[in-house]
Amino acid sequence: MTVELQSNDFIALADIALRNPDLQHAVGAGTRGGYASRAEAMFAHGNEHGEFMRRQAAEAKRRALRQLPDLLEMAERNLLANGWGVEWAEDARQANQLVLDIAARHGVRTITKSKSMLSEELGVNHVMEAAGLRVVETDLGEYIIQLNNETPSHIVAPVMHKTKDEIRDIFIRELGMAPTDDAEVMVAFARKMLREDFLKADMGISGANFLIAETGSIGLVMNEGNGRMCTSMPRLHIALVGIEKIVETVEDYATLTQVLPRSSTGQSLTVYTNILNGPARSDEDDGPEHAYVILVDNGRSEIYGTKYADALACIRCGACQNACPVYRSTGGHAYGWVYGGPIGAVLTPLFVGLENAAPLPHASSLCGSCKQVCPVDIDLPRMLLDLRWDQVRKGQSNVDWDAAMKMWAIGMTSPTRFALGGKAARAGQAIMGEYMPGLLGNWSKHRDFPDFAPKPFRQLWKERPNVRA
Amino acid sequence: MALPERESPIGKRASLFVTCIVDMIYPGTGMSVVDILEHVGVEVDFLPDQTCCAQPAFNSGYRDEARTVARHFFKTFKDAEVIVTPSGSCAAMLRHEYPHLFKPEDDDAYEQAQRIASITWEFSEFLVDGLGIANLDLTLPAKQSFAIHDACHGLRGLGLGGAARELIAHLGNAELAELNECEVCCGFGGLFSLKMPELSNAMLQNKVKNIIAADADTIVTGDVSCLTQMNGGLSRGKSPKRVLHLADVLAQALPGGRS
Repeated sequence: MTVELQSNDFIALADIALRNPDLQHAVGAGTRGGYASRAEAMFAHGNEHGEFMRRQAAEAKRRALRQLPDLLEMAERNLLANGWGVEWAEDARQANQLVLDIAARHGVRTITKSKSMLSEELGVNHVMEAAGLRVVETDLGEYIIQLNNETPSHIVAPVMHKTKDEIRDIFIRELGMAPTDDAEVMVAFARKMLREDFLKADMGISGANFLIAETGSIGLVMNEGNGRMCTSMPRLHIALVGIEKIVETVEDYATLTQVLPRSSTGQSLTVYTNILNGPARSDEDDGPEHAYVILVDNGRSEIYGTKYADALACIRCGACQNACPVYRSTGGHAYGWVYGGPIGAVLTPLFVGLENAAPLPHASSLCGSCKQVCPVDIDLPRMLLDLRWDQVRKGQSNVDWDAAMKMWAIGMTSPTRFALGGKAARAGQAIMGEYMPGLLGNWSKHRDFPDFAPKPFRQLWKERPNVRA
Repeated sequence: MALPERESPIGKRASLFVTCIVDMIYPGTGMSVVDILEHVGVEVDFLPDQTCCAQPAFNSGYRDEARTVARHFFKTFKDAEVIVTPSGSCAAMLRHEYPHLFKPEDDDAYEQAQRIASITWEFSEFLVDGLGIANLDLTLPAKQSFAIHDACHGLRGLGLGGAARELIAHLGNAELAELNECEVCCGFGGLFSLKMPELSNAMLQNKVKNIIAADADTIVTGDVSCLTQMNGGLSRGKSPKRVLHLADVLAQALPGGRS
């Protein structure tokens, strides 16, 4: 299923999520579990060690981004030398067409796919299916999502929003699984179904966690091994790679794989950590006959030139989603596009246009948890503040707020007006009681409001007997 | 960005930035701050022209309005030696955001912003880190148990967290208990609470649940805005538990109670 852009409906979608008890339970437990295991894994050898790993990782990504154009050229040279086909796509349409062309050239009918958030951006599955190809998602979470005709709600745990019972019902309904409450039985069942697709597939599509410039390789981390099956069993492999995935060296890949699993799943290393070097060599028995890397821009180079360039350092670990109290309450679908949570609130407006994701920069209490857990130290709260500022500057803010803020600034630049405002608020409260007008009514819906003090501090200070001159 | 360096505030006069909410709604908390500061021998003054730190405008993207109000702040506190404020989020605004709001080419506002950032202290860090006083040598009239809610801007913006716990731990008759998810936001978030009330409430209800489950009579925090949110939820939910500002807890232990 292709994700439909609905980010302007964030508040309504969040309300739906808040009223879904299964989602509340599943996302509440999933995010808190991820948050706790991240802290444990990251700081298993002390705070200093954890912070050092973060600084190292942040620096490796920043160094790569600073040299982005040069490293992309280096990567292309080295990829080609390794036997990869290299293609460049400016946008989703071009990328999808490239995949279609390659598939057609090689007579592909069945595609197995390992998890890729970029492919969600591009809507690859939809395009392939429209062309009559069969696409099977092989990451267990993505497999469930695909069966249920949904999109992933979390960067690393795509089906976080579903309970075990809901997943069981999907398997029963879509695949005729015999009823069971045993998660292991369900996993074994899915595994058996997927095994048949792995054997049938002509082509595998993967993403890439990293693109290693100096060696012309793809870095891919995973726990289920499905990615290995997708990239080595079929005769054809396509890796969809966002241009920001670049790192300079294999050492940088090692540095980043120290923080990626720790931040996302609380593991010190994923079960499988791969470096893929293109198609099988003539003396190798395993591996695809042909392998392609499609380097996708899809809005990234536009972000690169702005004050939001640092968002391109994101390694898609999902830690900010687990840490975010807003995401914990809504899950990812409420954000109305591919990426949910704090990173989604920043990336979505940058990718789809601020006017098409207007509520997202405000979907945060600016509590700072996202910045605290980010393994590459992206200052997400500052970017949210900057996006809010951009809205005001571009005339995209709410006119009532514009007027209110102008009035507020007039009130706050004079102690006399400030004191008058306080008096008016006291008087207003005396008349209106519990009822608060306009937007203030949003406060009293769920919470009581304290009384304004009969005398403000400035007056108490003046009346102090021992006040110093 | 690293926070600006500060000189030791010992021996300097402290100008209280009481904050707009304390001024209008919680003036008693302002008095508690004054009483505690005077208890440890600090000379306190209150500059009557003060209004607000500009955070509501800044946080909602209205930077021109925020600059206008920040300039008023500069004028008011132009001669202050040290600024002490009973709010982590207002302190973070002064320490973190003022230097970002102005550019070096903006007349003298940039320098003013740097200066304000380099003399500002949140109340608990002023006592513990600034003056080096964690033990106020005070005892509460009766045994009480407390748990701390770490307000977000203080904890993650300023790196506080330890100071309030130390002050309470040294208070006679006070016991410290745990609050589950004490570092998680209460859902206030300034205008967030009005723009996204249902989400803000979902976060609040999570906090309320943890407060009710906590083994403490009173929750202590360093920001009256978070306190307003949490008490608003506790009171609506008919819970007898309440959140108090750290200064008000400490002032209960002053000889003769709060003045």
